[in-house]
Amino acid sequence: MAAELHVALVAADREVWSGQATLVVARTTSGDIGVMPGHQPLLGVLESGPVTIRTSEGGTVIAAVHGGFISFADDKLSLLAEIAELSDEIDVQRAERELERAKAEGDDVAERRAEVRLRAATAR
Amino acid sequence: MGAQLRVYKRRIRSVTATKKITKAMEMIAASRVVKAQRKVAASTPYAAELTRAVTAVGTGSNTKHPLTTQAETVTRSAVLLLTSDRGLAGAFNSNAIKAAEQLTERLEREGKQVDIYIVGRRGVAHYNFRERKIAESWSGFTDEPTYADAKKVAAPLIEAIETETAEGGVDELHIVYTEFVSMMTQQALDARMLPLSIEEIAEERPKGEILPLYDFEPSAEDVLDALLPRYVESRIYNALLQSAASKHAATRRAMKSATDNAGELIETLSRLANAARQAEITQEISEIVGGTAALADATAGSDR
Repeated sequence: MAAELHVALVAADREVWSGQATLVVARTTSGDIGVMPGHQPLLGVLESGPVTIRTSEGGTVIAAVHGGFISFADDKLSLLAEIAELSDEIDVQRAERELERAKAEGDDVAERRAEVRLRAATAR
Repeated sequence: MGAQLRVYKRRIRSVTATKKITKAMEMIAASRVVKAQRKVAASTPYAAELTRAVTAVGTGSNTKHPLTTQAETVTRSAVLLLTSDRGLAGAFNSNAIKAAEQLTERLEREGKQVDIYIVGRRGVAHYNFRERKIAESWSGFTDEPTYADAKKVAAPLIEAIETETAEGGVDELHIVYTEFVSMMTQQALDARMLPLSIEEIAEERPKGEILPLYDFEPSAEDVLDALLPRYVESRIYNALLQSAASKHAATRRAMKSATDNAGELIETLSRLANAARQAEITQEISEIVGGTAALADATAGSDR
């Protein structure tokens, strides 16, 4: 059976990515979780972190996700995030600058966000 | 040029200038409506997925949460009113304000205290002018609200509802906004947003779809804890976007009728100006004719 997941990665103001995939790895509050076709229905809270989507064509899509949810049922998986960016949308230099600025100002939230962006961008 | 004709010409010039401005504003508003509508559409997948998730947790577990439990006696409610920063939008703002006042009156009749939260300078100005108390207000983003703005608005409201009533918290939250029905129809309406009733949310979903039994990660309570504030934010975001779209549509309509009226005025004025010019010419001709006749009479007299 050519099992496939239908994945939709949606941010609050737009649909970031959608398509067919064979494996999705995301970080929930209780640890990394990998979802493959036929997984049992799941609803979880996401930590901010990179999400890896292995598409059916064999490619890999990596996105930086800042908070949100993962929900899976009937081979349909949706990743909901307030902010989500695909790794190739991320401007590495800007993220680095942001990280330095956040470190200097002691802004933990911004620091975490910049770190996640960088990790997603370098993982591609 | 006669004095009267000059006055008409001047008025035509000034009305033409005004017409150009209103026409430009009409076109700007028209393009913004489309953009705002697209934003409403873009936010729909997130809202739909969130609704689905809330329904799933709500029906799949018997968890209680402050955002979903109805207080036994409601002593204080919060009303969130969405207006715009700028006017020139016909009855847009006054309709929203009117709806908010009707709601306030109704709540007060039921013996509840009402705290008012306002988005948009127009609403703030209205309440300040009447020296009424505003619990909190925001402005500066009503034309193009972002999700961050919605978060900013939602945070104190969620906090207020989670606070005990005795300590100044509120028991329920109503929202008054302008629903974008179509390009021609926008409707100010009020809705109770909190406490959320999961049955109501469930009713919005298409019938016949059976929700699967979810496995919650880490637990149903935690998921609900994280989900509900997001759900409220997304509802507020949607209301902000609809309000913005409605405002632009109202502006477009108001500016269209202003342009039409200016066109009509120009037409009337140019008719009057033409009549004045014609009268002037007629007068000049009769003056010349009169003058030549008098001159001819005079020469005829001296010849004799």
